Amino acid sequence: MSLLSCNKLDIKIAEKQICHNLSLTINPGENWAILGMNGCGKTTLLHHLAGLLPVQAGEIQVNETNIEQLSRRQIAQQLSLLLQHQEDYFPGTVLEAVLVGRHPHLKSWQWETDSDKQLALEALQLVGLNDFADRAILTLSGGERQRVALATLLVQQTAIRLLDEPVNHLDIHHQHEVMKMISSNNNQVANVFVLHDVNLAVRYCDHVLLMPENGETIQGSCDKILTPENLSALYQHPIREITHQQQRWFIADSH
Amino acid sequence: MRPLAFITVLALLSIVLIISSLFMGSIPLSWKTVWLSLLGSNTETSSMIVTELRLPRALAAFATGALLAQAGALMQVLVRNPLADPYILGVSGGAATAVLIGMLLGFTSAFGLTSLAFIGALVAMFLVFVLAHQKGNWTPTRLLLTGVVIAAGWGAAISLILTISPSNNLHGMLFWLMGDLSYSNSVSFAFTALIIGLILSMLLSSQLNVLIRGDKLAATLGINLKQLHIKIYILASLLTAAAVVQAGSIGFVGFIVPHLIRLAGITDHRYLLPAATLGGGLLVLVADTAARTLIAPQQLPVGIITALIGIPLFLYLLQREAKQ
Repeated sequence: MSLLSCNKLDIKIAEKQICHNLSLTINPGENWAILGMNGCGKTTLLHHLAGLLPVQAGEIQVNETNIEQLSRRQIAQQLSLLLQHQEDYFPGTVLEAVLVGRHPHLKSWQWETDSDKQLALEALQLVGLNDFADRAILTLSGGERQRVALATLLVQQTAIRLLDEPVNHLDIHHQHEVMKMISSNNNQVANVFVLHDVNLAVRYCDHVLLMPENGETIQGSCDKILTPENLSALYQHPIREITHQQQRWFIADSH
Repeated sequence: MRPLAFITVLALLSIVLIISSLFMGSIPLSWKTVWLSLLGSNTETSSMIVTELRLPRALAAFATGALLAQAGALMQVLVRNPLADPYILGVSGGAATAVLIGMLLGFTSAFGLTSLAFIGALVAMFLVFVLAHQKGNWTPTRLLLTGVVIAAGWGAAISLILTISPSNNLHGMLFWLMGDLSYSNSVSFAFTALIIGLILSMLLSSQLNVLIRGDKLAATLGINLKQLHIKIYILASLLTAAAVVQAGSIGFVGFIVPHLIRLAGITDHRYLLPAATLGGGLLVLVADTAARTLIAPQQLPVGIITALIGIPLFLYLLQREAKQ
């Protein structure tokens, strides 16, 4: 049974074709990478898949149910989305910010239980923010704030996780820690990562969706689709493949 | 301090200060007189001062401040700005315009003016709602801009009315505009609005905690943004309207109290809303007691006192925040 799928999806924003006739099936245990140039519509596609934007043509299914028949709350219990930017206008503690991730699982009059708090503390540990629970959210650095957002996503405990540039603001150590932690899931969960680093996709993903400017997407296994030819065409920039100790690496040539 | 302890302290302080305010005024009263009056066993005129003048006035002051602070806390979440004021979207401007037109036309009954204030507040509220709410695309910025522009329009209307009014009306009008509790005549209405409002906003409070982390995140966490925005808007506007009909426009309470509570470390709206409600009540109670005792038997508009307390306090907080 697929966790998330779309059928003949067509997205057009202000005369720009984001994707054309896109059919995609995401199964439990899969890690997908979405690659493409700036402004090609990766985030827009992700927001459509999360049900934040209305479907223009085609169909999106979450757990085999049309997304338009699900309430926001029902979607939130099955699908989470890491946003590219975090908006903080109000003060609060890190623990409070993480606990909002439990909201879809609580009734409106219910308070978080000790087990919810335990879950939040464990999530903070997983993203390497062990002693941050009582810190003020407005005093965090960009990378720390990004990891708080990841912890919030973890406590939402959904089967489908969409992550828009999850390694944004992270140093190289935390990039790999986070990608490893999220992608090594137990075959119940599926992840979709929007990435700018092709090598992270090679390392941590098994499937890839390339989004060229013309909206004619290319998808398949990383092994097959991630080639210097495809990537050079995608980024309109010469890209070379190097193999070092059985690991493939892609590097950009200078013009 | 733990949030519950903080709220308990505020609640006890409220009771103490409401009772203390009964002793203060142009005629000093003894403990015994006040106590016997409250029990109903004082038959002298001093009993009337306590039960028919000072107690209703103290309760009206408390309720007004509580309504404003609660409305302020909600409005701040609605426009995603921790320094927004409940009047920011023009609810009080609409009420003031209606009341001033009433005074210009020679209305004098308190009930008539109160009704006009409420109608004016509702008109202002619906005007901003309809203008800001097009095709369901209601961003906080659009709402804020619409509200501020409409509020400026009310401001112009108020200036126009003041300009063309005969001078014998001006004193009453200015008092109303600066916030004045001596007109307040329906304490039970204010308290009913306060309690219903608090129950409704407590029901929304866990959603508010999610909403302050951003619209998109709230949507991904299962919140129906459009519905929640409308609920907060209507609730905050009605609470503001209830406060405005009690006492005109009392500035600074609605935005400074929730901000102070946040600075005290209470940022979870399930605690913040009741704490702000009590804090707002306390601030206006103290300000109004000062307003009617400082130069007694003359009375000052309470709005001047809240401004005297509010402006320096706000500037101090702003300085402190800039240093952090």
